Amino acid sequence: MTSVTVYGAPFSPAVSRVLACLYEKDVDFKLAPVDMAKGQHKSPDFLKLQPFGQVPAFQDELATVFESRAICKYICNKYPEKGNQNLIGGRDGGLLARTSVDQWLEAEGQSFNPPSSALVFQLAFAPMFGFKQDPAAIEQNEAKLANVLDVYDRRLGESKFLAGDDFTLADLVHLPNGHILVSKKEDLFLSRKNVGRWWEEISARPSWKKVVEMQNVPQS
Amino acid sequence: MGVMKVYGVARYMSVARVIVCLEEVGADYQVVPVDFAVGEHKTPAHLARNPFGLIPAFEDDDLVIFESRTISKYVLRKYKSSDTDDLLRENNLTESTLVDQWLDVEAHHYDPLVFHISYNAFVLPKIGGTGDQKLIDTNLEKLKKVLEVYEAQLSKTKYLAGNFISLADLSHFPATYYFMATPYANLFDNYPHVKAWWENLMTRPSLKKAAAGMFPVA
Repeated sequence: MTSVTVYGAPFSPAVSRVLACLYEKDVDFKLAPVDMAKGQHKSPDFLKLQPFGQVPAFQDELATVFESRAICKYICNKYPEKGNQNLIGGRDGGLLARTSVDQWLEAEGQSFNPPSSALVFQLAFAPMFGFKQDPAAIEQNEAKLANVLDVYDRRLGESKFLAGDDFTLADLVHLPNGHILVSKKEDLFLSRKNVGRWWEEISARPSWKKVVEMQNVPQS
Repeated sequence: MGVMKVYGVARYMSVARVIVCLEEVGADYQVVPVDFAVGEHKTPAHLARNPFGLIPAFEDDDLVIFESRTISKYVLRKYKSSDTDDLLRENNLTESTLVDQWLDVEAHHYDPLVFHISYNAFVLPKIGGTGDQKLIDTNLEKLKKVLEVYEAQLSKTKYLAGNFISLADLSHFPATYYFMATPYANLFDNYPHVKAWWENLMTRPSLKKAAAGMFPVA
């Protein structure tokens, strides 16, 4: 019986980021739903797990952690021997490999995440939850994201994956928003040769396919 | 071993973050200016160091890296000595995870708000520009919610990741330093533990040294 619990639903990009990492690492977990329609994310019990009232939260026998990228690093550090051992720079990669993963993780958080999350909200969640779309926001964020993907395209012309020769957390963190945006605006990714090649590879990973299966299960 | 190079200007908030860490470890470094006014950040030479055309970029012998929080971690990992406080706690799984967690909070919840308040209300006027008041006001409202979370945490622990200072705390310095020079500084009076945490942080020599290279705030 696993002590590892992820709080939240698979359709949430930040939750699915953690699920992808758990599958890559072959770490068993259980998923605990958080009923946001009923305000469960603002309940005192949930706020003890995640003080901003957001998902995911993560708990095991040792720690309670929030912020999806920090949770992913924890899973990698806690289980160095399990599953994919290259996610944070490889066992013998040392400081330089670790630094390269850190750098592209930060690039995702600072440059890719803001415009891609804004677009995901506008294109996927606004219609789903009955909010009005904002054409100006779509246009501005698409332009910002296009500039970021141009940088990625140059990088991925020199390097197989963002941090180097191996798939790492730096690539994994892009899967949730990438998946939604490729379904809505595939040109952004697929018209750029190297980004397209990279996207096909990372989205074909068995770990991500398992997450997509979970997302496709109807939520009651 | 050559002297480490920080490409950028020390007054710029993300560059100051790196300077704090270099001062923490007592490293030899030089700041190599990047002149935005003549588009130096878009030159092939700079793009080779920071492909996003941003600052800082950083060189240590053959290593060239970007992203201020990555540079900060690299410097702390490589050059820490027995005299340096352990600002990453990487020998302890739960402590280092809490440092990662609160560094992500700073990067994703706090800095996006405070950076833009500080930039619009303090930096832009200094360099002859006009700030976006609507953005300042929107960010101030959101910041109150964030500071409530910080107040609750800092009522339990002396620093964000626990009762030990870490990079997670120091990473707040650049944007907060300029924020305290804006008309909105007294917002922190409503969050007494946050205010005390900040005032305590500012007694740290590395922050005073980084401040000396920034726009004067008095």
